[in-house]
Amino acid sequence: MKILVCISSVPDTTSKISFTDGDTKLNKAGVTYIIGPYDDYALARAVELKEQTGAIITVLNVGGADAEPQIRKALAIGADDAIRVDVEPTDSYFVAEQIAAVAKEGNYDLILMGRETSDYNSGVVHGIVGEMLGIPSFSPVMQLDLNGNEVNMTREIEGGKEKLIASLPLVLGCQEPIAEWKIPNMRGIMTARTKPLKVIPAAGSALTTTEKYSLPAPKGACKMIPAEEAEKLIELLKTEAKVL
Amino acid sequence: MILIFTEIADGAIKKSSLEAIYYGSKVAEMMGTNSTVLAIGNADEAELAKAGNFGATKVLHANDTKLTNPNSMAYASVLAETVKSIGAKVVITAKSSFADAVTARAAGALKAAVVGNVTELPDLSNGFQVKVSIFTGKAFADVNVNGDVKILAIKKNVVAPIESGNSAAVQNISPALADNLFAAKVTETIKATGMISLPEADLVVSGGRGMKGPENWQPLLDLADALGAATACSKPVSDLDWRPHHEHVGQTGVKVSPNLYIACGISGAIQHLAGVNSSKVLVVINKDPEAPFFKAADYGIVGDVFEVLPKLTKAVLANK
Ligand SMILES: Cc1cc2nc3c(=O)[nH]c(=O)nc-3n(C[C@H](O)[C@H](O)[C@H](O)COP(=O)(O)OP(=O)(O)OC[C@H]3O[C@@H](n4cnc5c(N)ncnc54)[C@H](O)[C@@H]3O)c2cc1C
Repeated sequence: MKILVCISSVPDTTSKISFTDGDTKLNKAGVTYIIGPYDDYALARAVELKEQTGAIITVLNVGGADAEPQIRKALAIGADDAIRVDVEPTDSYFVAEQIAAVAKEGNYDLILMGRETSDYNSGVVHGIVGEMLGIPSFSPVMQLDLNGNEVNMTREIEGGKEKLIASLPLVLGCQEPIAEWKIPNMRGIMTARTKPLKVIPAAGSALTTTEKYSLPAPKGACKMIPAEEAEKLIELLKTEAKVL
Repeated sequence: MILIFTEIADGAIKKSSLEAIYYGSKVAEMMGTNSTVLAIGNADEAELAKAGNFGATKVLHANDTKLTNPNSMAYASVLAETVKSIGAKVVITAKSSFADAVTARAAGALKAAVVGNVTELPDLSNGFQVKVSIFTGKAFADVNVNGDVKILAIKKNVVAPIESGNSAAVQNISPALADNLFAAKVTETIKATGMISLPEADLVVSGGRGMKGPENWQPLLDLADALGAATACSKPVSDLDWRPHHEHVGQTGVKVSPNLYIACGISGAIQHLAGVNSSKVLVVINKDPEAPFFKAADYGIVGDVFEVLPKLTKAVLANK
C-alpha cells in the first residue's frame, strides 16, 4: 500500500496579507508558513492508515525551497519520504500536472490532499489529477476507511452528506473531521532530518500569470444600536441597508 | 462560444447558476459571441427555457436517467464532450463544491486553465484578465488566463441579473457515458429537508459558542424562519456537534457572500471573518463590546443574544 499526500505551503490563517514590489508580490515579511490546514487533515488520516495497514507515505509539495520546513514537518508527523517539485505553484492545472507526473511514476494506491488550498481556495487540483490519471476522484471527503481494496467514504454535499463505496486507486480531497491534526513529537522531528527528500524539476508550463494584487476597501465604522432598541435594526436593514 | 455549466436542484436551475448564466451572457456580449447553457439531470423544458430570461440563447439538456443523481465524474464527462462539440473557449460556472468537482475533471480532460472565486466581469483589453478573491476574501488578484479553454467559477453576488423576458431554445443531447464513470456506489444520502441552502442563501443567521449549547438554538432558528434565512455556525460549534458540519462557515468551512449575515455570539476570529467578509451587510450581536467582529461589521448590538434575538424576530414578524 502506497499513499501519496500532497501538501501546500501557505501563510498561517491568522496572517495579515499585504503586497510589495508595486503590488506584484506577496509580502512575506513576518508571515509564518504552515502546511495547508486541509492538507494537514489528509496527512493526519494517512498516518492513521499507515498505523493500521503499514502503508508507506510519500509527501509531495509543488513549490520553492522555502516550503522545506513544512515538508520536514510532514515527515516528522509520519511520512516516510518526500518529493518537492521545484517550481512556483502558479495555477491549479499546472500544479495538478506536476502531481500527476509524480503519481504516474510512483504507482500510488491512494492520493490524498486537502479539499482546497487556503490561499486560492480553488478546490480543483484533486479532480484534475484524477482525470489525468484516469482514476476516480472525490471531494470533500470527511470520513475514510479502507477494507482491503475497498474504500468507504463520507463526502459532504450541499446541505448534508453521502456515503460512498469505491475501489483503489483513488484521489481524494479531504476535510475535517476525517482526522485530528497531528503535532510532531520529538522522535519524529529527529528522524525527519534524515528521511529522504528528493527535489525534481517541473514539467509543462503555467496557464495563468498574476498581474497585480489588491486589498479590499476598508470597512466604514460599525453603526451601534442599543440592545434595548434592538428592533430598530430591522428598520435600518430595510430602509438604510436595503437588504430586507 | 461561451458554455455555462448549471446545477439543477429539485427540477429547477439553482439561483447561483442563473447568475452564472447572466455573467456568461455578458462575457459572450463582450466577446461578440453567443452563450449556451448546459443543464444535466431532471428538469422540464419550460424551466430550462428560463435560461433565456438571463441572457442565454440555447440550452443543451442531458437527461439520461443515469444522470438523475449528481455524479461529478459523469457530469464532467458530459461537460468536456460538450465543450469539444460546440467549440467553447470559455466555460462559466457558479462556484460550489459540486461544480468544482465537475469543472476540475473537465479541465483535466481539456487541458483548461481553471480560475475560481472570480469577482468581476473579465477585462478583455489586453488578453483575458479576471479579478479573483484570494486568501478567502482577504485580498484580490488580477489574473491573466491563458490556455485555449478557460474555466471560470464565479462567486455568488458578483452580478445582479437584469431579466430580459426572453426564453431559450432547449435541445436534448445524449452524450456517451462510459461505465467506469459509475464505478462508485452511493450507499446513503443524508440531507436536511426543507432547509434553505446555505451557499445559495441571500440572508444568513449564524451562531457561535456564545449560544452556549445546542439546546439554545431555538431563538436563532426563529429569527431565521421569520426572515426566510439559512442558518450557519462557527467552527467550534460544528466541531462540538452542536450543529451539522455543513453549516460551518469560515476559512476552513463554507464561504458565503449573502446580502445579509447576522452573527450571534461569534467573536469574529480572523478565520471566521475570512469566510463571511464578502457579505454585503454584516450584523453582529455580542455581549462583549471588545469582540473583534465589531471592527468588521456594518451594524452592531452589544447585548445578550437571548434577549436580542426574540426582539428581532418580533420586529420582523410585526413588519410583515
Ligand atoms: C487553521 C484554523 C482554521 C480555522 N477555521 C475556522 C473557520 O473556518 N471558521 C470558524 O468559525 N473558525 C475557524 N477557526 C477557529 C477560530 O480561530 C475561532 O476559534 C472560532 O471562530 C471561534 O468561534 P466562536 O466565535 O463561535 O467562539 P468564541 O471565540 O468562543 O466566541 C464566543 C463569543 O460569544 C460571545 N458571547 C458569549 N455569550 C454571549 C451571549 N449570551 N450573548 C452574546 N454574545 C455572547 C463572547 O463574547 C464571544 O465573543 C479556525 C482556527 C484555525 C487554527
